[in-house]
Amino acid sequence: MSAHHPAVPVGGKLLNTATAVCGVLIMAMLAVLLVRFIFGLGAVTNLNDGYPWGIWVIFDVIIGSAFACGGFSVAMLVYIFNRGEYHPLVRPALLASLFGYTLAGVGVIFDLGRWWNFWHIFWPGYANPNSVMFEVAVCISAYITVMWIEFSPVFLEKWGLTVQKKKLEKVLFFFIALGTLLPMMHQSSLGTMLVVMGPQVNPLWQTPVVPLLYLLSAITVGYGIVLFESCVASAAYRREIEMHLLQPMAKIMLGVLGLFLAVRLGDLVVRGALGHAFAASLEAFFFWLELFCFVLPYLLIGSAAARRNPARLFLAGIALMCGAMLMRVNGFLIGYDTGLGVDHGWHYFPSIAEMLVTIGMFSVEVLAYIIITRRFPVLPREEAAAAH
Amino acid sequence: MKQPSHPHTEPEAGSQGRRNFLKRLLAGGAAAAAAVAPEVVCARDTLQRPPEALGLLYDATLCVGCQACVAACKQANANPAEFTAVDKLWDTPLDTSGHTFNLIKMYRNGTMENKDAEQNGFAFMKTSCMHCADPSCVSACPVSAMTKNPLTGIVGYDPDICIGCRYCVAACPFGIPKYQYDSPTGQIGKCELCRHRHKDGHYSACAEVCPTGATLFGRSEDLLAEAKRRLALKPGEWTTMPRGRLPAKGETPEQAAQWKGPLNQDYQAQAGAYLQHVYGEKEYGGTQVLKLSAVNFQKVGMPDLPPKSSAATSETIQHTLYGGLIMPVAVLAGLTWVARRNVVAEAGEEQDKQGEA
Repeated sequence: MSAHHPAVPVGGKLLNTATAVCGVLIMAMLAVLLVRFIFGLGAVTNLNDGYPWGIWVIFDVIIGSAFACGGFSVAMLVYIFNRGEYHPLVRPALLASLFGYTLAGVGVIFDLGRWWNFWHIFWPGYANPNSVMFEVAVCISAYITVMWIEFSPVFLEKWGLTVQKKKLEKVLFFFIALGTLLPMMHQSSLGTMLVVMGPQVNPLWQTPVVPLLYLLSAITVGYGIVLFESCVASAAYRREIEMHLLQPMAKIMLGVLGLFLAVRLGDLVVRGALGHAFAASLEAFFFWLELFCFVLPYLLIGSAAARRNPARLFLAGIALMCGAMLMRVNGFLIGYDTGLGVDHGWHYFPSIAEMLVTIGMFSVEVLAYIIITRRFPVLPREEAAAAH
Repeated sequence: MKQPSHPHTEPEAGSQGRRNFLKRLLAGGAAAAAAVAPEVVCARDTLQRPPEALGLLYDATLCVGCQACVAACKQANANPAEFTAVDKLWDTPLDTSGHTFNLIKMYRNGTMENKDAEQNGFAFMKTSCMHCADPSCVSACPVSAMTKNPLTGIVGYDPDICIGCRYCVAACPFGIPKYQYDSPTGQIGKCELCRHRHKDGHYSACAEVCPTGATLFGRSEDLLAEAKRRLALKPGEWTTMPRGRLPAKGETPEQAAQWKGPLNQDYQAQAGAYLQHVYGEKEYGGTQVLKLSAVNFQKVGMPDLPPKSSAATSETIQHTLYGGLIMPVAVLAGLTWVARRNVVAEAGEEQDKQGEA
C-alpha cells in the first residue's frame, strides 16, 4: 500500500444532514434489536419455517458481502494483474469492503437464534468441515482480519507510526495474496450454500456451477460498486471523478461480465433448465429481470464513447448491483420453496422492523465511511488544482 | 508473463502491456475456474442406512387419523399445546413446528366419500423426521449440533451446541427441523425417534400408542421387508398386521427384553390398495422412516426426490475445492508469488521516481 498517489483526509465537519440522518436510522435499528434480543426473532421478523432466512441473511450478509467486493476486485487488478495505475482506487474501495464485511459479520449475530454459541463454529470438535456454512464463516472471519491489516497503513500513516508502517509493508504482499484468495473461496461458497437445499431451489438457480457463478458475479459487482462509489464520493465531496481510471476499469468489468454471462447461460442450456425461464411464474419473471440487469451495462457503456459519460458509468454500476442482488434474492428467496404447501403455503415478506435493521446497518456503513474519509488519508489528493 | 509491464511510464498501456495483461487475465481466470469447477475426483457417494438403523413404517391405509401419536409425541417430548382455534381447548397445530414434532395431515378431494382414494376421497399422512441415510441437515449444520448416530442412524439434535442459524431448516427437503421463533433462546425442534426413552426400554411414543399399527417401530431393514410383504398382497386380502414394535429378524429373547411392552400385539386386517412404492427406500439414498400409501405421495405432501442426496452433491463440491486445503494453499502460493513481485516492483518504482526528482 504505497503512497505514490498520496491519499489525504478530505476534512470538513462531521456533523451534517447526512450524518445526522444516519444517526437517527442507527438509533431505530438499535431499538428493534433490543426487542429482538429480549423477545426473540419472531417478535420483530416475519421469518417462518418455510422461509427461515430473511433479509438479515440474504441482504445484510450474502448481498452485503458481495457488494463489499470492491476492495477485492480492485486489489486483484492492481497487485495480481499488476495494473498499478488503478492504485488510487484501492484505498476507498478497501474501506467500503472493510465496512461491508465487518458489518456482515456483526449482522450474522442478530440473526443467530442461539448467538451465544457462535464461537462453536471455530472450535475443533464442534466445527463441521462438511458444512458449506462452516467454510463461509471461517473464510469471512479470516478475510475481515486480513482486510483490517491491509487497511492499517492508513491508521499508521495518520498516527505517524512510520517504523511500524515500514515493517508491515514488507510483509503486506502476503496479506494482499491472502486477501485475494479468501474472497474467491467464500464468495463462491456463498453460492454453494444453495446446493444442499436440493430440489427446493428452482433449477434456474440450482446448479453445480453455482460457486463459479457467485464468484464471477462478485468480481463483476466489485467493479460495479467502485463505479458507483466513485461517482457518489465525487458528487458528495465535490471532487473530480477519476474518469481516466474508471473508463478502462469499466471495460475490464464488461469482460468479466461477459465470462459470467457465458457460464450462466451455457449452464442453463447444458442442464436443460432454460424451459423454466419460459414458465408463467414469478420465478421466470425475476429470472428475466436479473438477466436484464446483467445485460444492461452493455447497452449503457458498450462503446468507448459511452464510457466517457460518468452518468452512464454510474448507471452501469447500479445495473450490476441490481443484477447481483437479484441473483442472490432469486436463489435464496424467490426461487426457494419447500414445496410442502399442501395444507398451507409459506410466505415471506420482510417486516418494517427487519427493514429498519437492514437500513440501520447500511447507515452505519455510510456514517463510518464519511468519518474515516474526512479524518484519515483514504481518498487520493484532489488533482484538479495541483496538476494542470 | 516474464516482463512486468510498467503502466506508470506508459499511461495508455501499450500493446505489449495490454498483451501481458490479457495473458495474466487468462491465467488468473483459469486459476479461478480450476478453483471452483467441481470434479468427480473427490466425489462423495450418497451415504446408505447403517445395518442396525432404527426407524418407523407408516402405513397410511391402516391410519384412522385418531392423532393419538400426536398427543403421545407431545407428552414424550414435553412440548406445549399449540392453539389455532378460537377456544383454546385442544392442541391444534396446523403443521409441525418447534413445539410439534409429529403430525397426521389429511388429504381431501371432492366429496371425500372414500378412504385412500385420490378422487372424491381422503387419506392420512404422517409428518415427522424421516431420519435420512444421508441427511441434508447434518451436512448443513456448521457446528455438529445435528448429528447422525453411526449405529442407530437416528438424526439427533443438541441445543447446547446449536448456534440457531437455521441452515438445517432451509436444507431439509421434508421441512422437518423447525425453529422456535417465539423465544429469545429458541431451539430447533424435530423428532429424534424418542432416543431419550430408549434406555428405559421405551421405543418411539407414536408407534407405542398407535392402535392400528399404522406407525410401527423397528429396524429399518425389517420394516422394509414388512413393507414389501404388504405390497405383494392383493388389496383387501386378510393378513396379520403387527402393532407397536416389529421384532427384528431372528431376534433372541434377550434382545427382545431390551424393549418394554407386550411382545405380540398382532391382529388381522385387510391389505390396502397400495401404490407399488415404498417411500423412503431409495429417496435421497434412503430414509429410515418408510411409508406406504394408496394415494400419490406428492399429493399427500411427500416431495419427489432423486436417489442421490443433496448432501453428497454439496460435499463433493466442498471437498473438491477445499479437501486437505490443497487447492487453497496452491492458489495462495501462486498469488503470493505474483503479489510479492508486483508490490516490490511498485516500491522500486517509487524509489526511482524519488531519485529522478
